[in-house]
Amino acid sequence: MREVAAEFANPVMLYSIGKDSSVMLHLALKAFYPAKPPFPLLHVDTTWKFREMIQFRDETAKRLGLKLLVHVNEDGIARGINPFDSGSALHTQVMKTESLKQALDKYGFDAAFGGARRDEEKSRAKERIFSFRTATHAWDPKNQRPELWRVYNTRINKGESIRVFPLSNWTELDIWQYILAEKIPIVPLYFAKRRPVVERDGTLVMRDDERMKLLPGETLEDRLVRFRTLGCYPLTGAIESDADTLEGIVTEMFTARTSERQGRLIDSDEKSSMEKKKKEGYF
Amino acid sequence: MASAEQRTGASELSAFLAAQEKKSLLRFLTCGSVDDGKSTLIGRLLYDSKLLFEDHLSALEKDSRKFGTTGGDIDFALLVDGLEAEREQGITIDVAYRFFATEKRKFIVADTPGHEQYTRNMATGASNSDLAVILVDARKGVLTQTRRHAYIASLLGIRHVVLAVNKIDLVGYSQETFDAIVQDFAAFSQRLGFSSVEPIPISARFGDNVIASSEHTSWHKGPSLLGYLESVDVDTDVVGKPFRFPVQWVNRPNLDFRGFSGTVVGGRITKGAAIAVAKSGRKSAVKRIVTMDGDLDEAVAGMAVTLVLADEVDISRGDILASPEDRPDVSEQFAAHLLWMAEDELLPGRQYLMKLGTATVPVQITALKHKVDVNSLDQLAAKTLHLNEVGYANFATSHPIAFDAYHNNRDTGGFILIDRFTNTTVGAGMIDFSLRRATNVHWQALDVGKQSRAGQKGQRPVVLWFTGLSGSGKSTIANLVERALFAEGRHTYLLDGDNVRHGLNRDLGFTDVDRVENIRRVGEAAKLFVDAGLIVLVSFISPFRSERRMARELMGEGEFIEVYVDTPLEVCMERDPKGLYRKAKSGEIKNFTGIDSPYEPPELAELRVDTTTAQPADLAAQIVLHLRDKGYIG
Repeated sequence: MREVAAEFANPVMLYSIGKDSSVMLHLALKAFYPAKPPFPLLHVDTTWKFREMIQFRDETAKRLGLKLLVHVNEDGIARGINPFDSGSALHTQVMKTESLKQALDKYGFDAAFGGARRDEEKSRAKERIFSFRTATHAWDPKNQRPELWRVYNTRINKGESIRVFPLSNWTELDIWQYILAEKIPIVPLYFAKRRPVVERDGTLVMRDDERMKLLPGETLEDRLVRFRTLGCYPLTGAIESDADTLEGIVTEMFTARTSERQGRLIDSDEKSSMEKKKKEGYF
Repeated sequence: MASAEQRTGASELSAFLAAQEKKSLLRFLTCGSVDDGKSTLIGRLLYDSKLLFEDHLSALEKDSRKFGTTGGDIDFALLVDGLEAEREQGITIDVAYRFFATEKRKFIVADTPGHEQYTRNMATGASNSDLAVILVDARKGVLTQTRRHAYIASLLGIRHVVLAVNKIDLVGYSQETFDAIVQDFAAFSQRLGFSSVEPIPISARFGDNVIASSEHTSWHKGPSLLGYLESVDVDTDVVGKPFRFPVQWVNRPNLDFRGFSGTVVGGRITKGAAIAVAKSGRKSAVKRIVTMDGDLDEAVAGMAVTLVLADEVDISRGDILASPEDRPDVSEQFAAHLLWMAEDELLPGRQYLMKLGTATVPVQITALKHKVDVNSLDQLAAKTLHLNEVGYANFATSHPIAFDAYHNNRDTGGFILIDRFTNTTVGAGMIDFSLRRATNVHWQALDVGKQSRAGQKGQRPVVLWFTGLSGSGKSTIANLVERALFAEGRHTYLLDGDNVRHGLNRDLGFTDVDRVENIRRVGEAAKLFVDAGLIVLVSFISPFRSERRMARELMGEGEFIEVYVDTPLEVCMERDPKGLYRKAKSGEIKNFTGIDSPYEPPELAELRVDTTTAQPADLAAQIVLHLRDKGYIG
């Protein structure tokens, strides 16, 4: 992180409000202490995030005294893009991928931190820690810079940018153990609680507001659930769990038999969907 | 998902966490030739150590039916070959990092490509690993790639190797075959300086000797692969080494606090201990070791901290703080091994950027001693290095830097080379030793200086560097400019491309490598003439931006004027004053600029002249006027 702060003119931290972002932010606080991290936070808001996430985001920025930028793709809103009618693929493309590019261009950021980890998904296992993007934000997996030792090539031409993944070598279990050890605040959605959910296509979806219409035959039930990963609420599956403390979550983790991305509906859309999204500029 | 297991007591959790804390981490890489079964082996390790999640597993079963090469059985390679292109071609293109843990250890595996064009990716994986698992197909034995990978692993400082003889099932679990391969490898590897080589016969597809010893190979008395990885002692004692702290960032939140942030990459530092700034030799003591969780009394290798010193010492990013008794070398010349990682060949004499730790400096290769034949380890004479070749060279940086030998410290002895225009990483270097010439050859200070010589002549010395295609009119205009200057009593010298090639550069041809050296020598010669107080006119095609920039950087501020003689290729071809374009087009001359060798037009030339709209005499007068306007001549 200090490499980026020292070598780039205008870095930013992409803050997604999830547990990985919380850990990344915590690391940034540590890396620059006693100074504050010398870059703002950027949240790309799809307008479909859980309300508790937004509340947590605003409180966090205020508590730490950090500058928070929120970007919404107004063009997508005007086009009426939403996860139900547009489908998850188009929604993610327009409200996340396109929106992120808009925000990076708008502020002219030349380096952006992301909380992605190599253990999440196959195409991410090959991601660099300093990942080079062309002026159109594209990622070319065959033309990545070799990364030797801890020496990172940070040189770019005007318009090009670098995405930086400080948590590359962390696993999901590492994240939770670190949150537990460092007592890092996280969104309450990670803890089990009775929440209104509906079962759709084998996934438990929480109805966070009125915009989600029930389909014929669906019923809303109060179940004891929590989330292993957070995104847009209609695209995020809950798991049934009674883990309502960090200790409970870690205990649950070391007996887990499914990966966290199972709760993400975008992965199963199509084969290699993540790799395609990344080539287009998704984080 | 809710289960009884979740209600495990708090004691079990704390036992689990305590066990996690104690586990050591082993970073290793797998390498070998194409189709030796690396990806399958890693998939097998993940599968057999029960680390696959259910959703990954069901995706794997689905993919195995679709792309699998194992006839309906689970194809473990699909689990790790992440990118679409390599799934389709059935090879691992990039480095993939996998994570798994057993009761005893945590592992990070770098799965690296076997295909020759991706040798650089293997080096990348090796740079952060402590052990290499080198796979050999039992049917094929030790191949060129096996040797290359063993050599690169050793070059990057890996001291422990597992020779995994895979597909042992396909040779009927034959001990003779296994022993022959082990001997073959040993004959090659004994010169590589590994501290240990552990041969293990395995079948990644069926799991023999991967997790547990196999009944099919009762003749094998050694451990299984996982058993070995869990117990091997790789002895990476960086804490016992001399203290090294490359400064990453100067932490200055307000006027009362000034700290130096970075990661300890060697040894330990305690509060109150003396330190020296490697480059300047200035000494101080550590007043505080600051972290967000409070000040520490000691920090050891691997920890990221902020140091506050007792004195006001001038320190910036790129400096190395070190123990005063055992300091890094400081020099502007050193010898190093170099692995070339770019499609474009190495151009000795060209200026590259070198990044070592947190320092970035311009660097040139002053002598390419030899390249290494990875099959025989023989040293061969070489003028350049191509993609994936390894050489040994002398380097000169533009100013002194601090470093250690790579075998003493990877972090302060390993560097990357960056191309100044494309910004790509083109090479990886491992420093061998410092060339003391830097301290032994002192610059001879002369009593009569550049200023006094120039003052005597009543002019400011400068280089007028004419660049452009052959036939663009460079020499014609340069000649006219020199005549005009001479006529008004100025002291000049003209270096013309063709003329210099008859003498000083008689030994050089027209390959890219020679073109770079050609310009380097002319730049140095021009610099001497500038020092003599002359106005120097250089008329050279000088097709590459890098070399023109190099020449520019040799001169002082305001001593270099780039004149771009901008004549379109078609016009030059039509003029063809020496008949060269005709010969180049017929293939009689090779590497002719504009025909089969590139010309990179200047981006920031001080002057641009257009010979299609004005006469040479007028253009020459413009240039003389420019010299007068800028005060080079009175």
